Amino acid sequence: MELHVTDLNLARAGVPVLTGVSFALQPGKALILRGPNGAGKTTLLRTIAGLQDALSGHITGAEDRIAYAGHADGLKAMLSVSENLTFWAQVFGQRSIVDALAAYALEPLAERFAGTLSAGQKRRLGLARLLVTGRPLWVLDEPTVSLDAQAVAMFADAVRAHLAGGGAALIATHIDLGLDAEVFDISPFRATTNTRAGASDEAFL
Amino acid sequence: MRALLLRDLRLALRAGGGFGLALAFFLIVVVLVPFSVGPQTALLSVIAPGILWLGALLACLLSLDRLLALDFEDGTLDLMVTAPLPLEAALSVKALAHWLTTGLPLVLVAPVLGLMLNFAPGGYVWLVASLALGTPALSVIGTFGAALTVGIKRGGLLLSLLVLPLYVPTLIFGAEAARRGAAGLDATTPLLLLAGITLATIACMPFASATVLRMGLR
Repeated sequence: MELHVTDLNLARAGVPVLTGVSFALQPGKALILRGPNGAGKTTLLRTIAGLQDALSGHITGAEDRIAYAGHADGLKAMLSVSENLTFWAQVFGQRSIVDALAAYALEPLAERFAGTLSAGQKRRLGLARLLVTGRPLWVLDEPTVSLDAQAVAMFADAVRAHLAGGGAALIATHIDLGLDAEVFDISPFRATTNTRAGASDEAFL
Repeated sequence: MRALLLRDLRLALRAGGGFGLALAFFLIVVVLVPFSVGPQTALLSVIAPGILWLGALLACLLSLDRLLALDFEDGTLDLMVTAPLPLEAALSVKALAHWLTTGLPLVLVAPVLGLMLNFAPGGYVWLVASLALGTPALSVIGTFGAALTVGIKRGGLLLSLLVLPLYVPTLIFGAEAARRGAAGLDATTPLLLLAGITLATIACMPFASATVLRMGLR
């Protein structure tokens, strides 16, 4: 099933940021989202993940198929690495966390509390979570933040394996992952109108 | 859902989980009351049901701002919304975990603390019954308050102000049931009303909580 985004208008904190965004993403493909800071990459990804509503437009093929990874990893400091992963695996109805640990070389850290990990290790754990969701569509917001070159390679391998398995990935990133992926620049879709049509407190004013 | 319940219980029991917080607060309130009103046993036994209920309610209130704020800060809530678990169910489970780690210990420790307030011996059954029936409502309503204030930094004060009026019916009927039990009167009516309030909040509140949480996460 393809992801189709049609004529999407988006606002952040009441200010329109993007208008008329349309693209499609086929299974087995990745799409790299580019754009300067504040262009609306996070807003677009959160909307596709269902975390916020679009002003107008349609998204099809996203519901209940998405594994989202944002700026925060959703880790509990007082749970161990394997407990954190096992929790998400159970929530998504999966059994094994062994492959996910192996993909990001987390086995030696499995019994450590997540709170004692370094920033890069935490991010690796956050990305390993994607592997235990079993979801076909990955929506990733700056996944390589605080990763070293070796970990970025691990991540690129994981994405390649995911694509080879028929999955798809939508990634907002500034670095070159070495993936064979289309690049989608969102800066042409920047909203220029100064209307406050998307103000969240509209109803109360 | 079981995974979420077990995770919340585990987090509550580990260091920094705040398991003992409500219990310690309840203990402090009840221990200090005899010092502040004086050692008149007759007076103490008159006010004991009200003090025990008020202490339990405030202790419950104290732990509410941890309920969702921690999950919001580390991004877990965002991931939870995109997970296959319905948000209504997830919030019900979180309320249950909150009750198991806050409400239930209060219910169990209340008879012991009642002794310190010279609580009438015949009323213990009613005291425990009223707390056991009433405290789940406190957790469920508290989850709603936590969902409402989730995006606000240090929203604890706002949370308390929003939740307090919703706690009033539970407090009135709970304390009344305990008072009647202690006085040797029939406490069935307030207990039934209390149970009614609790069942209604358990049935309705998760939907309200999930709705306001979805708005709060935008």
